[in-house]
Amino acid sequence: MAEKVLMKGNEAIAEAAISCGCRHYFGYPITPQTEVAAYMAKRMPKIGGTFLQAESEIAAINMVIGAAAAGVRVMTSSSSPGISLKGEGISYMAGCDLPALIVNVQRGGPGLGGIQPSQSDYFQATRGGGHGDYHLIVLAPASVQEMAELTVRSFDLADKYRVPCMLLADGTMGQMMEPVTLGQSGGGTAEKPWALTGTGMRRPHNIINSLSLTPDELERWNVDRYKRYAQIAANEVMYEEYLCDDADVIVVGFGIAARVARNAVNSARAAGIRAGMFRPITLWPFPKEALFARAATAKAFVSVELSMGQLIEDVELAVRCTRPVSLCSRTGGMIPSPAEVLAAIKAAGAAQKGGN
Amino acid sequence: MAVVFDRPHALADVPMHYCPGCGHGIIHRLVAEAIDSIGAEGRTVGVASVGCSVFSYNYFNVDMVQAAHGRAPAVATGVKRANPENIVFTYQGDGDLAAIGTAETVHSAARGENITVIFVNNAIYGMTGGQMAPTSLPGQVTQTSPYGRDVATVGYPVKVCEMLSQLDGPAYIERVAVNSVANIRKAGRAIKKAFRYQDEKKGFSLIEVISTCPTNWGMTPEKAMKWAEENMIPYYPLGVYRDKYAEKK
Repeated sequence: MAEKVLMKGNEAIAEAAISCGCRHYFGYPITPQTEVAAYMAKRMPKIGGTFLQAESEIAAINMVIGAAAAGVRVMTSSSSPGISLKGEGISYMAGCDLPALIVNVQRGGPGLGGIQPSQSDYFQATRGGGHGDYHLIVLAPASVQEMAELTVRSFDLADKYRVPCMLLADGTMGQMMEPVTLGQSGGGTAEKPWALTGTGMRRPHNIINSLSLTPDELERWNVDRYKRYAQIAANEVMYEEYLCDDADVIVVGFGIAARVARNAVNSARAAGIRAGMFRPITLWPFPKEALFARAATAKAFVSVELSMGQLIEDVELAVRCTRPVSLCSRTGGMIPSPAEVLAAIKAAGAAQKGGN
Repeated sequence: MAVVFDRPHALADVPMHYCPGCGHGIIHRLVAEAIDSIGAEGRTVGVASVGCSVFSYNYFNVDMVQAAHGRAPAVATGVKRANPENIVFTYQGDGDLAAIGTAETVHSAARGENITVIFVNNAIYGMTGGQMAPTSLPGQVTQTSPYGRDVATVGYPVKVCEMLSQLDGPAYIERVAVNSVANIRKAGRAIKKAFRYQDEKKGFSLIEVISTCPTNWGMTPEKAMKWAEENMIPYYPLGVYRDKYAEKK
């Protein structure tokens, strides 16, 4: 049993990646994720790995593409403006079916935005972010422990399905320190017969590309990829429910917003309001069936997020508009307070009573 | 019966899509010969770029990955760092390498990344139908410089070998041409040397190959070769721009 250590979220990502066999990191400095790079810069040379500070986010993601194509576990990390720059490369990775981990420790936007926490890259992450028909698997940690565990899971899922994975954290998750237990996963053993390692004069050459000038072929590639997405949606959905069974009002949130929401739910319960919390852990695939099941008993939903209202669209789609969904959000680097979430829970509950 | 001429083993036996008279066919052959010369076919990984040569991934009998426009040296960096024993090369045109991919080109050279860059300069964007390239000559007429490249408004061509030779990183930089038999032989020697240097872990090498685009230049293949000799080579002088390991004379 590994012992608990006190770590920053960003450092936990880096150490967890190393623990599951990642020996290649390519990145570019940006706040608030720089600790990932700093940790890798220290550790990788000592364990025979590669840390390389690229000339840009664009170069970094393309180095990730090269290393992923060569068959190794590889990752990059950045924050919102940097992820936009990586968008082209992420689309190519999806088109080339390359597994890798991309970490986004979100900050406020748009544009250069700010350096405080945000969740306003939700659309970008869950809809793909670049051009073309594709998805990433998107995992959202809500503790330093999950920063570590979901990093390992991201690598495993990426390898299993040949899909790039995004760990969607935020500045709070990246910067906060919590006790964390780091397990050795010993992963990275996936067979990769498609990898570019040289033919060894024993097989035909492997080609990794995303180009087809034949429309019916390109359509077939996309349809085949979406069959894999369907398997992911069927098998890999993750979420957490808290006091949902008898809840009249269910707060939906991920990451730091879910932690605030949990406090607000406890306060609501103390005040006699039957509130619960639903936390998606996979943002794509979104746990829509599980959330829809809750719409059978809950009377109202509140989406708590650090954006102008992005998660709320998936909540509305999940409950198929059978229940009202209200928004409780702050943006630009602001975080909703437990009192603000409690007020939103009360308002949602009161509206239902009044409406019925 | 003695074989006096054969296809290099690393060159795939498939029809190429290049236009008649295009220099890519010659240059592909020279690259394949270089791979054969160090016996590296089974451990080579190539990086194709965006442009006419994007389909080069079909033409070499080696593992190949297609990079986004301009990003080939970054992709090659990732491949090489993952498996340093592989021979890794990029094959890029002038728009890819000297316009959209300038940063990746300069920084892979500055790092002395142990890869080989084959840079085909034909002074025009071929695949998209003949637009002005970063290496189009002053006064050169293209689809997007219909009155000739006006250096007062769009500036001057980028001289890649001259520029990169100012860096400390590169091991070997040479500019060659494929407009004549003599120049093709010299080009072949340079490309072989670049691959040998990589095999010997000497670091970054770039061979710029002055080539032709009869289709988009609007010339016969023969006239295009002459145009390259009379117009391109004077602007882009052939020769070795950097050789860290040259024997002292």
